[in-house]
Amino acid sequence: MRETGAQRYPWRGGGATGARVPCGGALGRIGGGVRGTHGSMHSPREGAPTTASRQGASAGSPASRDGGAVALEARGVSHSYGDVRALDGADLRVARGESVALVGESGSGKTTLLRCFNRMVVPGQGEVLVRGAPVAGGDAVALRRTLGYVPQEGGLMPHWSALRNAALVPALRAEPDARERARAALEAVGLPPAEFADRLPRDLSGGQRQRVAIARALAGDSDIVLLDEPFGALDAITRADLQEQFATLAERRGLTILLVTHDLQEAFLLADRVAVMRAGAIEQDAAPAALREAPATPYVRELLRRARVSA
Amino acid sequence: MSRPRIALAAAAIAAAGAASALGTGAAAALGAAPVPAAAIGAAALAAVQDAPADSLPPVVVASKPFGESFLLMEIMAQALEARGIAVDRRPGLGATEIAFRALREGAVDVYPEYTGTGLVAILGEQPASDEVAVFERVRRAFRERWGARWLSPLGFQNTYAIAVRRETAERYALRTLSDLAEVSGELRAGFSPDFIGRSDGLAGLEPVYGLAFRDVRALLQAVKYQALAEGAVDVIDGYSTDGQVARYDLVVLEDDLGFFPAYEAAPLVGRRLAETRPAAVAALESLGGALDEATMRRLNRRVEVDGEDLAAVAADALRALGSRETAERAAASGGAGSGDSADARPAGRRGRGSLLAYLWERRAALGRQAGRHLLLVLVSLFAAVAVAVPMGLVLERLRGGAEGVIRGVGLLQTIPSIALLAFMIPLLGIGVVPALVALFLYALYPIARNTYTGVRDASPAAVLAGRALGMTPSQLLRQVRLPLAAPVIMAGVRTAAVISVGTATLAAFIGAGGLGDPIVAGLALSDTRMILSGAIPAALLALLVDFGLAAVERAVRPPGVGEPVP
Repeated sequence: MRETGAQRYPWRGGGATGARVPCGGALGRIGGGVRGTHGSMHSPREGAPTTASRQGASAGSPASRDGGAVALEARGVSHSYGDVRALDGADLRVARGESVALVGESGSGKTTLLRCFNRMVVPGQGEVLVRGAPVAGGDAVALRRTLGYVPQEGGLMPHWSALRNAALVPALRAEPDARERARAALEAVGLPPAEFADRLPRDLSGGQRQRVAIARALAGDSDIVLLDEPFGALDAITRADLQEQFATLAERRGLTILLVTHDLQEAFLLADRVAVMRAGAIEQDAAPAALREAPATPYVRELLRRARVSA
Repeated sequence: MSRPRIALAAAAIAAAGAASALGTGAAAALGAAPVPAAAIGAAALAAVQDAPADSLPPVVVASKPFGESFLLMEIMAQALEARGIAVDRRPGLGATEIAFRALREGAVDVYPEYTGTGLVAILGEQPASDEVAVFERVRRAFRERWGARWLSPLGFQNTYAIAVRRETAERYALRTLSDLAEVSGELRAGFSPDFIGRSDGLAGLEPVYGLAFRDVRALLQAVKYQALAEGAVDVIDGYSTDGQVARYDLVVLEDDLGFFPAYEAAPLVGRRLAETRPAAVAALESLGGALDEATMRRLNRRVEVDGEDLAAVAADALRALGSRETAERAAASGGAGSGDSADARPAGRRGRGSLLAYLWERRAALGRQAGRHLLLVLVSLFAAVAVAVPMGLVLERLRGGAEGVIRGVGLLQTIPSIALLAFMIPLLGIGVVPALVALFLYALYPIARNTYTGVRDASPAAVLAGRALGMTPSQLLRQVRLPLAAPVIMAGVRTAAVISVGTATLAAFIGAGGLGDPIVAGLALSDTRMILSGAIPAALLALLVDFGLAAVERAVRPPGVGEPVP
């Protein structure tokens, strides 16, 4: 029964909700499977030194040069909080359907870069584009309603039921079927609405709350989902479980994913490409295998060594 | 944002003003429902009795908040009523500053004042001991500056006095302070701390008379007489007409060198009454020279020590002045003068029966006072919520400078309430309106502070997520931040309400009524039961208001908030 709901409201941007998504063409998954191979857009070798992402973009397939194929793009983005330089000429491209992880130590600017895309941060310099359109000058509220977002520890409204939390984005867009969408989304993240719809966040476990947060990011049929350390606060077993299920979900729906994490294992598990950030810029941007085989700088090597993911 | 805020405040004040304008018995207008009928009935009765004066407004007779002032007010009121002049009693106005401002602004027509107080506290001049010179000085200065008139002094001084036990006076044959100086080396003195330091107290007195006591101890007013009676000390300071002097059979030593400043009591009359009501002025003028110090001490003793009814003591005093008919008429109309003043004059002798019986006996008046009290608190509280919650929200949006503004509002809190009430007399007169405004101002801070803090700190993660998913600032405020801040805001409202119940007792000092009336009167008349009859219901009212608001808090607290999220 829940399945029919999910089928009625497919999550794919190219489906029934295409009208809401400016460049809704289903181009397929450029980077292949969630944890799979890496297609034409990025060869491991191109993922070399610090300007890898830009090189990768320009040297990629014809599709990658087409704005419609690029879901998220940052060009030379710099930003300061007072005297603190959070971003220093960061470049990043995420193709439609691609899954990219931003990794780096605290203060490297990964969350700031993520927040540039939903205009929670307006960078001092540089250009930010979502679906080929510049973010600056547009309607920030309308933009945000088209981007899924999962913060650390959920950020659920503590006084709302799981259903009302999940229904937030369609409700904001005043869609009459907001509740049905939310129920379907809850079902999709493994929380049968019959049991969980009316529960308050305080009556859910940490993992269940995070599932509601993911359901909330999906219920609006966004084709792009931004995740800021979404599983960081969970215990190891719950985290592994949720990572697995989220990967499957993202894969099935062809979502474009930008994931901030300090956990390299998680990055390697979920991302087609891993962008290592350091001091506000991208140090290396490459597929997991390429990163492991050829760390471009001593910093990246050290990071890999510490995370015990190097070969 | 400021427009609706001002509009709301104005509406609240206007409503209160309209209510207080309904009748001379302002208590009736804002009090419990059954009261207006009684007050109107009393007013009608008074109008019938005082037919010649029914076209004139009642003369507002006030007092300061201590026993002798209460008694003199009552004597003046009965003297006026005896001549068919309607009177509105305003006992216990909070000390010189407030009583005189009220007189200056025309809110009060007459109250008993002391020439020395006029000279020192109002004109700000040095104290002087020549009573004739002092009277002439204040008479001229008050007339020139404010058109106020000092009528003939009543015949006694209430100045500092040095007293000893009768047996001490007899043993050393003491009659004057000069006599005392000769034996002072053998005597131990107990003086009020302020008297010891003042240049018109001991510090000035010692060199003039050559006093040198064996021992000088600082004793508080409350224990001084006891200490003297028990022989712990031999000499104390006091006030020359203090009823306690009569109670302990003390001898007041004559100030034969004329050191102490003159504090002659006299009716102080405001400009309007002085210029337009010759009959009333004549009635008050007839009291000139009528009360000497011994008489006043005896009358004060009956009120303050023996706990006799104020009206009865005043009627006796007037009767003793000669006109029997006058006193009878005064006694007959005594209860009909005004609704509220009856509370300061409980029937019969005080000091007998249990507190509960006393409270039960006064239940009607207490109910009315509690109703007025509650209304003062609730009206000012609603107005404060209407202003302070939006203020807190605006400040939270502005952030920069918010702390400064809130601290500024907090500074209001540091203004002593009596001072705040005094400042407002020129703008708002006395009575309910300035009390409401003062309570309103005091309630702003806790509500604004809690609103600001509550909204600022409401679940930052939820607010961030809401914003990142496309909630507008106003949606965030209405759907997330306000509901989450509701418990904190309500805590501020409850704090304000409980403080307000306490502060509202001070409203009695500016004639606004409420449970402060029996407290002020009880303090002035040294009547503990009367004090408790105001203080206990006030405490219960505070609990009741807090309890009621706790229910409101439960109603506005959203589900899932208030308990820590596991």
